[in-house]
Parts: sequence; C-alpha cells; structure tokens
Amino acid sequence: MLPRLTPYLFLSPALFIIGTFVFLPMLAALLISLSDYNMIETPRWLGLAQYQRLFQDPFFWNALGNSLLYLLIVVPILSIAPIFLAVLVNKKIPGIAFFRSLYYLPVVTSLIVTGLMWKWVYEENGVLNFILQSLHLINTPIAWLADPSLSLFAVMAVTVWTGMGFYMVIYLAGLQSIPKSLYEAAELQNISRLKQTLFITIPMLRPYIALVAVISSIAAMKIFEEIYVITGGGPLSQTETLVFFIYENAFIEFDMGYASAAGIVLFCVTFILSILNLLLTRETTNEK
Amino acid sequence: MKNNSNQSLAIPHFSLSAMPAILGWMRRLGQYTVLASIALLFIGPFLWLLSTALKSGSENIFQYPPDLIPDEPTLSNFARVFEAVPFLTYFFNSALVAALAVSCNLLFCSLAAYPLARLKFAGKNALFLLLISTMMLPFQLLMIPLYTIAVNLGLNNSYLGLIVPHACTAFGVFLMRQAFLTIPKQLEESAYIEGLNHWQIWWHIMLPLVKPTLATLAVFTFIGVWGDFLWPLIIMDEQAKFTLPLGVNKLAGTFGKDWRLVAAGAILSIIPTLIVFVFTQRYFISGALKNAVKG
Repeated sequence: MLPRLTPYLFLSPALFIIGTFVFLPMLAALLISLSDYNMIETPRWLGLAQYQRLFQDPFFWNALGNSLLYLLIVVPILSIAPIFLAVLVNKKIPGIAFFRSLYYLPVVTSLIVTGLMWKWVYEENGVLNFILQSLHLINTPIAWLADPSLSLFAVMAVTVWTGMGFYMVIYLAGLQSIPKSLYEAAELQNISRLKQTLFITIPMLRPYIALVAVISSIAAMKIFEEIYVITGGGPLSQTETLVFFIYENAFIEFDMGYASAAGIVLFCVTFILSILNLLLTRETTNEK
Repeated sequence: MKNNSNQSLAIPHFSLSAMPAILGWMRRLGQYTVLASIALLFIGPFLWLLSTALKSGSENIFQYPPDLIPDEPTLSNFARVFEAVPFLTYFFNSALVAALAVSCNLLFCSLAAYPLARLKFAGKNALFLLLISTMMLPFQLLMIPLYTIAVNLGLNNSYLGLIVPHACTAFGVFLMRQAFLTIPKQLEESAYIEGLNHWQIWWHIMLPLVKPTLATLAVFTFIGVWGDFLWPLIIMDEQAKFTLPLGVNKLAGTFGKDWRLVAAGAILSIIPTLIVFVFTQRYFISGALKNAVKG
C-alpha cells in the first residue's frame, strides 16, 4: 500500500458517505427545485417559474411568517433565560449536579414524547388549566391548542422548555471564562447577587449570548416534530411552519420540486445565520 | 419571670455565635427551594404523563379538576401497550438502528479525523472545509432528494436507509479531529520509528487516547438516532420496520383518546434514553460544550 495514499484511504468512507448522502442531494435539491417532479413522471424543467409560483403562494408566506415569528419570540427568551438558570446551578453545593441533570432532561427526551406529553398537558380538561385556575391566574379553562390565536405560542413554549437545559450548559461554559476577581470586587462593595448577574455576568457573556442567539435561530427555523405531534399545523394553518410546509408538499402532495424550492429558501435563511455563527465563533475563540 | 429574663439574656448570647451558621443554613434551604421549584417545571410534565399511565381503566382521565394522583395505581396500561401494537418489534428496531448508527459514526468519523489532525497531505485544508461546510446544509432540504436516492437504491423500509443520515456526520469528524489534535506528536513519532504503520498507530495508540471523546460522540449519536422522527417517518411505511418514535406516533394515532395507553407507550419508549443519560451525564455536559464552540 502506498503511504502517500494512506490519508485518502482513511478519509474515503467519510467522503463516500457525505458525498453520496449530502453533496449529491444538495445538487439534486437545486435541480429539483427548478423542475416539476412527483417521483412518478419524468421531471419537467420549470426554471425560475417554480419560485414565482412559490412567492405568490399565500400558504408559503404564512409558513415563512410563522417560522420568523417563532424565531423572533423563542430566540430572545432562549438567549437570556438560560443565563439565570446557569448562574443558579453554577454553585458548588451538594446535589447541584442532580438539579443540572433534571434541567437537562427535556433535551435528551425524544421530541415525539415531548410533543405528546405537552399535548396532554394542554388538554382543555388538563393539568395546566387546573394549575392556572388553582393559582387564580385564569377564570375558565383555555383551549390552548384549538384557539388559532394561541396555538403557535403554546408550541413555542414547548420549544423553550426543551431548549433551556441545552443553552444552560453553553452558558455554564461561558461562566467559567469570567474572572472570579470581578465578583470578589463586587462582593466587597456589597453589590447584590442580582446586580452582579445583570452588570457583570451578562455583559461578560456577550459573545456566548450571540452564539446562543444564532444557534437557537437556526434551530427555530427547523422546527417540525413539535408542530407535527401537537397541532398538525392547525388550527387554520396557524401553526404551519416552513419545514411543515416542505414536509406536506413533498411527502403528502408529492410535489417534490415545489417543496425543494421552499427548502432552498430555508437553506438561504439558515445559511446567513450559519455565516453569522461562524464569525461569532471565531470571535468567541479569539477572546479565550 | 426570672426564668424568662434569664432566657432572653441567654438567647442573644447563644445566637451571636450561631447566627452565621443559621443564616447559612437558611440560605441553603432557600437555594434548594428555588432549585426544586424550577426542577418541578422541567419534570412536571413527565410526572403528569406517569400519573396518567398508572391510572386504571375505571378512572375518568378527562374529569375536571383532574386527579393528580391515581386512585388505584396499576401497571396494566404498560402491558396493554404490547398487546395494542408490536412494541417489542419497535424496540428491537430502534436498538438495532441505534447500535448500527453509533458504530458507523464512531468508526468513520475517527478514521476521517485522524489524517485531518495528524498527517500532511495535499488538499487537507480543502477537504476539511468541504466536510465541515456540510453542517450548514439543513437536513429538511436534503431529505427530498435523499428520499428519491433511497428509493432508487432500494433503501426505503430498510435499516440501512434509516442510518444513512447518521452514518458519518461532519460534527463527528470535527469532534474527533479536535480530540486527536490534543495528543502530543512524540507519541506517534516513536511508534512510527518502531515500525508501526499509520493504521496500527490509529488503532493501538490514537483511539485509546481519545476514548472520552468517542464516548461523547457515542451518546450524542445514540440520543439523536433514538429520537429521530422525521427521516423514519419519510422512508418507513412497513410497520414491522418502525422504530419507537414512529411506533409511539402510531399508538397515539390509533388510540388517540386512550391517553393511559399512549402515556404508557411514551414512557416505555424513553426508558433506554433515561438509563443512558443517567450513566453518561458527564459526557453530555462536555460534549455540549464542544458543540457550542463549534456552533
């Protein structure tokens, strides 16, 4: 065996698999997005007319709008709330690892189970309404999933619940990078814990916050399972997101070309977010 | 009276020395109260699911206000799951697919990462960038052509088709490369002088040194494959090949109103994840940290 070939032999399985199942599909997706293709008849070339049709489709704009609304609401919450969670579990007290694990539990649970679980919690005769009523926060049970003005927000809450633990761990890493002396100085001047969090921790975590914002934005654009299980896109398409739109068009309607065109739009949005991510990652690593 | 005044004198005396301890103790109690109340937000839905799964058939699960604790707890719903759907088959399929995907991903990623971290060859940086750039391509776009490719290769309704998106991930290559980069150069140089070739160095010297990273990649792949839903939903329509998420979805679709049964099935399906999680927590934390820096 030629030693000169050795590096490529090591790489060959990875290159073969990623080439066949990632690069090839990417090129194919571009071509399919420009064609009329239903997997039975031979593809017919449409060119940019496909995208013209897409951009005139109110259902597409509804789905894209829902996805962007999802992002706009979920991302700020997931960028800030886990900081407080991280500060809370960043103590050296007995049993703290146990609490960290409990907060992380939703991250490792399959989304199908998470979705079903929350669908049951949201039930009109369910436990959430019962608790809110017991606390006198609401007067009558609310139809969380059947009310078109509420359903999308109900699903967003599930995404926030699932993501908290994940971003908490990222912020835990960030907290290690803050010099202890800052807190010691604050302690000497009798500055309260809350103020320390607001005026030392959060500004010092800025690169991590940016990172979490981008990662959670990309994740928000790809939401599917929660929607599929909890609302199925309804009521009245109010919870239909971009990936749900892609799934329906590709695998229910078998309008593969049309779905791919919507997929390319998804790619463009996540690509811009990924570039942002790359720039921010570089910044974070440099600051270390 | 005299006794009382004595006591009132004694109390400040006693508490002056014990004050810091009591204060510290109360603060500790406060901290645990906060930690526990937040924990309840995260495990509450699980507990409600468990409570529902334990309720007997005579109990009305739709009554309002709901009963938080089952009247006569029973395990019969768990048994019913196996009668309602071929749950053992789903379980076997999930275990097989997870085992296959984890082995493939560990093998192919650590193979690819070794030359990228340790060897000099033409096109190294270009190949690395090419592999890493695939992390930017959303699976939700690729799944459409991937489905047509899978159908053409006869991979739909097959275990092999299921593991395709997990068999070698760019994230895995990146993670393994980072691990190999931290190993001192002298180790492999001396091995090379002793006459070991690169394959032997990879297997006998490098892999044992990156065991923690291999474990991290293994648990992440396992959790990902075990919960994978969208891809199996697309390429599997034979029930005999369903994995657990599809099975639970099927259970919910067929017995939608029987939440006792759905809850029992959902809980059974996540037990392996919980067991893996309990024993490998430290890898999750370290892995998530690496994942974060990678982005």
